[in-house]
Amino acid sequence: MNGNSRRILLYGGIGVLALAAPWLMTAYRTQLAFLWVMILLALTWDLVGGQMGYASFGNIVFFGVGMYSTAVIQRNLHYGLEEYAHVAGRVESLSSGEYLTGLGLGMAVGAVAAVVIALILGICILAMGMRGPYFGICTLGLGVAAGEIASGWEYVGAGSGMVTPVFPEGLGERAIFFYFIFFFLTVVTFITLRRLYAGRFGLVINAIRDDEDKAEAMGIRTTRYKITAWCVSAFFLSLTGGAAGHLIGFIDPTEVAFAGPTFGVWMILMAILGGKGTLWGPVIGAVIFHVTQEVFWTYLFGWQRVALGAFIVAIVVFFPQGLMGWAQDRWPERFGHWVEEKALADTPGGEGA
Amino acid sequence: MDNLQILFAAPVFSLQLLIDGILIGAVFALAAYGMALVWGVMKIINFAQGEFVILGGFLLYALKEAGLHPFLGVPVAAAALFVIGWVIYRIAIVRVIEKDLFISILATFGIAILLQQLMNQVFGADVQTVEAGLGTWFLMDGQVTVLQIKVVSFFIAMVLGVILALFLKKTRLGQAIRATAQHYRAAQILGVDTDRVYAITFALNAAICGAAGALVSMIWVIQPFMGLAYTIRSFMIVIVAGLGNVIGVALAGLGLGAAENFAGFILGAEFQAAFIFSLLVVILLWRNFRLSLKREYLE
Repeated sequence: MNGNSRRILLYGGIGVLALAAPWLMTAYRTQLAFLWVMILLALTWDLVGGQMGYASFGNIVFFGVGMYSTAVIQRNLHYGLEEYAHVAGRVESLSSGEYLTGLGLGMAVGAVAAVVIALILGICILAMGMRGPYFGICTLGLGVAAGEIASGWEYVGAGSGMVTPVFPEGLGERAIFFYFIFFFLTVVTFITLRRLYAGRFGLVINAIRDDEDKAEAMGIRTTRYKITAWCVSAFFLSLTGGAAGHLIGFIDPTEVAFAGPTFGVWMILMAILGGKGTLWGPVIGAVIFHVTQEVFWTYLFGWQRVALGAFIVAIVVFFPQGLMGWAQDRWPERFGHWVEEKALADTPGGEGA
Repeated sequence: MDNLQILFAAPVFSLQLLIDGILIGAVFALAAYGMALVWGVMKIINFAQGEFVILGGFLLYALKEAGLHPFLGVPVAAAALFVIGWVIYRIAIVRVIEKDLFISILATFGIAILLQQLMNQVFGADVQTVEAGLGTWFLMDGQVTVLQIKVVSFFIAMVLGVILALFLKKTRLGQAIRATAQHYRAAQILGVDTDRVYAITFALNAAICGAAGALVSMIWVIQPFMGLAYTIRSFMIVIVAGLGNVIGVALAGLGLGAAENFAGFILGAEFQAAFIFSLLVVILLWRNFRLSLKREYLE
């Protein structure tokens, strides 16, 4: 079997499994939808943090911006601020059409807003040449500050957050609806990233990661590429956030939208666990992390967050190279041009795995 | 911005804010000194700094509940944190010390999350404070009030800082720590056990934070998830003052305390945290901008 047919088999297999999953595991539909959210978080982080080597601790900003924009558009489109306050956020009477228009328009606006913010931040931070850990800490500050500002801002509900409209009955089951939205979004993101990594863009951002000064000396306009990469990441992250807000149904400024200590750190950890700087690493990492997290939630009631914290430390301290990095060390000769697919196929049953 | 007019109308109120801010700033400076120590010696930016502070506060709270006098509890909390810091170094930090800064930041951030959740589990998520049982001074016909505990903790923090500086300057161990900071390989050749020095440095930092946290619990409030703000404050102070600049750290700490107090009053208490983190971004951007004029960047 050559590389091409292996690849078709792999993608086909994952596709069929993904389409059937909500009916194979009916009890876990919401968790399955969140699995795709996690994969999206890890993939978008890895574009900047892994492939380009700019480890951002505050990409959660774009997630929250998307979430809030979508919720605000949904609210303003169908209700005035007064009326919204009157019903205390319990917007129940939206028809399917209204709900979809609000969601779609909101996600689009959120994506544009996130890209504009990424552009401005990119000009302030990246174009000025901030690097390494300082970039990480600066973005961490941005993420937390965004959450704190949102919790003080009356227009977006301040500390009590926002409630998204109740899911209309005409659209079937809520978990399945969002499952397919996230599945579609993941496929689009994955294909986009795959195309980007395969071409000049991928080479340039890898060059920036390896040695930015040399890349610049070679005549590459590194700033443009850095900002573009951040904008792409922000675009997809914002779309994810917009839909995730509607899936969760309640937007808390610091616990859900700008959740630095949870989603914000998890996206980094999932990419590291799978292997940062690879296409498949974040996907594998997200799956393992999400399953582990759900297992903790089920069996370690009360201590699940402590266990998760220990798991996080363990990943970073004992396994910083990630699964893909480990596989590359283990079977270096097998990593040709189609690195990722091969490793994925080998990991479960491989010798000594 | 209504509160801004109050400040102009009653200038004496600014004095109140200034005094409170400076007294609290001493504690920030103490924690920042610990961060600078670890950063300078081990080349690690400890993101669990704030959690060490809060943990120190909760230990004092527990000791107080057990019947110990709060001031006696401060050295006990510091000693307990010394042991905890040592254990954390042996388990986790020793494995990331050779890796790049990104991994060590992430590892200490992970430790921070773990400690947060442990404290949440053990002490509960409520806001706590320790009553030290001291009174209040009324100055200028009662227009300015100064809590005595704030003054006491200010002096404790300052004395601890001076003792630490003298320790680093005068003792053999302190000299070994400074030698390791300058060049760890050269220190090794000269017979310094750098692994032990690292362990002591990290544990010492934890102890400093523990003492700072014990003071915080008496003058302010503590809560398991408040740690990150202390980490960020320490980081800002170190960034502004630079590594190895004790006087600078003290002044930056006092300045930050005052600035934060004014911002909290003018913008409203709900934006005080937003101010701290926005200030971090602004300071980093400003430092980076100054360096970029010289075609350099922060490293």
